[in-house]
Amino acid sequence: MSADEQPLMVQVQGLGKRYRLGTTNRQQLTDDVKAWTAKLLGRPDPTIPVGAEVDPQRIGEDFWALRDVSFEVRRGEVVGIIGHNGAGKSTLLKLLSRITLPTEGTIRMRGKVSSLLEVGTGFHQELTGRENIYLNGAILGMRKAEVNAKIDEIIAFSGITHHIDTPVKRYSSGMRVRLGFAVAAHLEPEILIVDEVLSVGDADFQRKSMGKMKDSAKSGRTVLFVSHNMTAMRSLCQRVIWMEHGRVRMQGPTEEVVAAYLGSYSSSTTEKIWNDQDAPGTEVGRLRQVRVAPASGGELFLWEDVIDVEISFEKYVDEPVYVVIQVSNSDNMVIFTTNIREAVPGVDKLKPGSHVAVCHFPSHLFNAGDLSLSIGMAHNGRMSFKVENVVSFSVVEPPRTGTWHGRRRGMFRLKLPWEIR
Amino acid sequence: MIQQVTVPEKKQFLDEQHWDVVIAPSSPWWKLNLGEIWRYRDLLRELVVRDLTAIYKQTILGPIWVLVQPLITSIMFAVIFGMMARMSLPGIPALLFYMSAIVPWSFFAGVINKTSATLAANANLMTKVYFPRLIPPLSSMFSTSFTFLVQLTLFFVFALVYLLSGSYAWAPGAALLMLPLLLLLEMMLALGVGLIVAAMTTRYKDLGFLIGFAVQLLMYMSPVIFPLSRVDVDSPVRSVLEVNPMTPIIEGFRGALLNTPMDWSTLWYSFAFAAVALITGLALFQRAQRSYADVV
Repeated sequence: MSADEQPLMVQVQGLGKRYRLGTTNRQQLTDDVKAWTAKLLGRPDPTIPVGAEVDPQRIGEDFWALRDVSFEVRRGEVVGIIGHNGAGKSTLLKLLSRITLPTEGTIRMRGKVSSLLEVGTGFHQELTGRENIYLNGAILGMRKAEVNAKIDEIIAFSGITHHIDTPVKRYSSGMRVRLGFAVAAHLEPEILIVDEVLSVGDADFQRKSMGKMKDSAKSGRTVLFVSHNMTAMRSLCQRVIWMEHGRVRMQGPTEEVVAAYLGSYSSSTTEKIWNDQDAPGTEVGRLRQVRVAPASGGELFLWEDVIDVEISFEKYVDEPVYVVIQVSNSDNMVIFTTNIREAVPGVDKLKPGSHVAVCHFPSHLFNAGDLSLSIGMAHNGRMSFKVENVVSFSVVEPPRTGTWHGRRRGMFRLKLPWEIR
Repeated sequence: MIQQVTVPEKKQFLDEQHWDVVIAPSSPWWKLNLGEIWRYRDLLRELVVRDLTAIYKQTILGPIWVLVQPLITSIMFAVIFGMMARMSLPGIPALLFYMSAIVPWSFFAGVINKTSATLAANANLMTKVYFPRLIPPLSSMFSTSFTFLVQLTLFFVFALVYLLSGSYAWAPGAALLMLPLLLLLEMMLALGVGLIVAAMTTRYKDLGFLIGFAVQLLMYMSPVIFPLSRVDVDSPVRSVLEVNPMTPIIEGFRGALLNTPMDWSTLWYSFAFAAVALITGLALFQRAQRSYADVV
């Protein structure tokens, strides 16, 4: 059976969720009375919080957190949901989890649905770890017989064997998360909905939860996964839905959507062209155009790509002038400087006129992150001028095969020759 | 041809028309999804167990409290209203007279107080996980019922002590069989009122405080501290008592437990009232819980 022939597990049609601005603040009867009296006297409503972001003019106005959202998920698919904060991801998650009801549209699902927006939901302080496994399991929709059958496995997975009959109030927060996750990991739903809050734990926990999600996907489970972590998205999901302003901006194969998403949101300027009047420079020369692009011609600056920096410049003097590139990271720290002088021996004899210098950053060099280039020209042993942050780009690492999707440390991620003797 | 050879269960599963979960903007209030509550019966039981164990683990005296509470109130009432004000029925030990009403009354008050706070108490759960929202109020009702049964047992123990010591010839009659019906009526009424208040507290939190006083006030408008038979038929107090749907229920408990004279037909009024309260409560609660996650 190919993927398209798999049965539909989730069908979302024309989904919308409307909130009314500013009307949910009143919680006391007296507030209603105050608001009503103020309205009668023509004074501003005293119950609206001071400094609230909501414009008083817009109180009662509708706000669509989600609108016209439609998509389908087939069995065994792992679908990622991406988008910036406020794009409607959380609302969509809440609707899929049945925590709140839609204003319009429908969601249809098949089989048992489990949604994990938090681990250890409903843990009771006074109850022991074992009692809480039963309670949490029941909250997540497990039958008692199911928990009975898996209790030993759950306890072993949590690693809290010795303290399992101790009240949870004596547990550390790490132990609680482990216990909660152990229960969640033993749910066997047909559809699993996971929020990225699950990936906030320590490295070990992330590894475990990601591993579990991969297993789920492999065993033919349908997974809907919300995250900001593009590396995780690219390694786990076959398909991605990109949400923007409460609507589906794009959906399709992971690589395509992630590339478009990163492309649209990154503040990168990969090309800078100056016209004759404002081209920066001095009496030795000036810059006309700078362009940075992956040599592969793709849209993303992948870790495994060679990155080309193309600098068009004009040289005025018949003396040696050298093009210099300074690479800075997102903290504005210069991580290295490269000078054409060391690389091109004949550059000293370059005639005045228009030239193009190209620098190739080797593949497997930068760690994932935002980088910006400052370009300058050196003459007579000193920088004649330098233009700060002319172009910028983000390096994206490739999908990982392991279960750890956090950011590696360091500015570089070199592929060095290693050997075993 | 090959596609037609599928496992029967799978065929049903793959049926394009069949969906297990359909989420749509609104469902009518009378759709209670009782089937779903039944599917979540394990959660109901776990919550009852949680309520009971948590109460016992938090206090030093633990389960003793369940017994001490009605006993102290009964003794207090017996001394103040029974012996000093002589309000109880002559011939019946004041302690038994008051216990027979305080036990069912504290059940009624307990269910209302707990179910009315159910949405706020479970706010954290409700914003994270889906389960039928009627489960928490039902679980509070059942855990309170458990307490009630323990306290009722205490009453029987005391009654037997009186009987065996020869100080009072306790002789319950066939009316004892009315107990399950009385309990059921009380459950309906208390749950109904509790759900109405719960629904209203989502908008007005002050009501949560008010309800405690209201229930207390209602106790003095019920035949808890005196028998109905001692109130003049023409007095305005009598008409207040007769409007109160708890009056026949409390009188009924006394009739069942102590064989006091009782007009059982008055229970029809309580039943009608309880049914209306329950239906209203379910409808309002259903409406309130739907938007609750958006408000908290």
